[in-house]
Amino acid sequence: MDRAGARKYLFSKKIDSYFDGIYKGYRFTLLYFKEAFTSPFHLREIINQCFEIGLKSLPLITMTGFIIGIVFTKQSRPSLENFGAVSWLPSLMGIAIVRALGPLVTSLICAGKVGSSISAELGSMKVTEQIDAMEVSAINPFKYLVVTRVWATSISIPILSFYCSCVGLLGSYYNVSTEEATSLQVYYTNAFSNISFLDLFSSLTKSIVFGFTIGIISCYKGFFASNGTSGVGKATNQAVILSMFLIFLEELIIVQIVNWIRYF
Amino acid sequence: MENDKIQYRNSGDAVIKIEGLYKSFGELDVLKGVDLTLRKGENLAVLGKSGTGKSVLIKLLVGLLKPDRGNITILGQQLDSLSPRELNALRLRIGFSFQNSALYDSMSVYGNLSFPLTMNVKNLTKRQVDDAVEEALDAVGLLDKIGRRTEELSGGQRKRLGIARTLILKPEIMLYDEPTAGLDPVTCIEINSLIVEMQQKYKTSSIVITHDLTCAKTTCERIAMLLNGKFLKTGTFEEVFRTEEEQIKQFYSYNFTI
Repeated sequence: MDRAGARKYLFSKKIDSYFDGIYKGYRFTLLYFKEAFTSPFHLREIINQCFEIGLKSLPLITMTGFIIGIVFTKQSRPSLENFGAVSWLPSLMGIAIVRALGPLVTSLICAGKVGSSISAELGSMKVTEQIDAMEVSAINPFKYLVVTRVWATSISIPILSFYCSCVGLLGSYYNVSTEEATSLQVYYTNAFSNISFLDLFSSLTKSIVFGFTIGIISCYKGFFASNGTSGVGKATNQAVILSMFLIFLEELIIVQIVNWIRYF
Repeated sequence: MENDKIQYRNSGDAVIKIEGLYKSFGELDVLKGVDLTLRKGENLAVLGKSGTGKSVLIKLLVGLLKPDRGNITILGQQLDSLSPRELNALRLRIGFSFQNSALYDSMSVYGNLSFPLTMNVKNLTKRQVDDAVEEALDAVGLLDKIGRRTEELSGGQRKRLGIARTLILKPEIMLYDEPTAGLDPVTCIEINSLIVEMQQKYKTSSIVITHDLTCAKTTCERIAMLLNGKFLKTGTFEEVFRTEEEQIKQFYSYNFTI
């Protein structure tokens, strides 16, 4: 018989499996776009996942956002004081938080909290044959498990990012108000005075891209987990690391594109 | 539908027909030209040692794996010619009970049964779903566990729930993957009786994958002995084990020594 399964490596097992992984990831992403816009949409499951991802991350995002607002204000104050520019503090913090820190911090927290949970859940479903059980019951597991989760991360993370930016500015205001007599309204007016539509748009775009990345990477790693419980652990670990790396890479690319647009 | 019936008559009484099936994983040849027929209304046991490809065989039957070569015809439909939609329609007519039950652990007992039903049958009222779930649970003797979480169930109860989950879709063919593996002798007897009961009640044709001779003898009319990637012998329990074939004798004596 012809041995269809027998394999010869093009370079070596490791290099081949690396490129194979990239190709599989690409196919997985294409499949997402094919399935995401066709019925059935499983809206109830998307809402359920938005609740799991969004609402359950709120306490962590609130605390982290608030602390980051305080810390960055404290760190920036001495530098601005040297130039006698403490009055620029709200604008500086507004730009820093809305343009970069809000989406980035939210996404990094979600990559750890949400990404690991999605990857571990799908991974354990895979190794305990629950995904196969769905398939033999004529339920499309990709659509039910992957598409709903990626939609949920792509919707929830931008909302969480905006919320994180607001809370971060509140933390910043708290620090400013202990040193100077400024009202919250004046602080927020100053903070947003230098933020353009492009800043808000790029911040929203970034957080959608980050949310999508976290969702698709975590689902991909979980969906193809193998080798029992240790495989699930490995998949979860890889999902978090890869998501974080891609978030930084995408941040760099988007900032570059936005700067081109800004100075065009 | 009419086409299905015509093809079905043409394939005789066979609900599953496997011809020249090959499957390998890398350099490992698991199935090397398997032929098998499951007739309507019969229970057939596929016996063999661990690692001989029994589970691979039934995973090929539901399209979870793709064969390297060979033909599989189920209920008159050739598996490799089906579109994904047609394959899903065929899967609804086949029940698959997994070795480790594969219960959805994020759902309750009720959820495990209502999920496949509501995902496949549209516009059901809550009352209809409740009735179907209660009927399936009653058939496997788990009605009192309806509100429980799956982790609260024992090994035997998990097997029963796995079987109920497939029966809720009223399949014509049942595939059992090691239904008694890892269970104590008393629970094994209960599961064996349940398989026979389910066949009589739901008029299913079944393939039981097992290495447990008692299970094979109690639940099935016919046995197919899978060794080294091929069916060595097929027939009734007596026909298969009244043999001079050394490998079959070894398997038989090992099972009953234990």
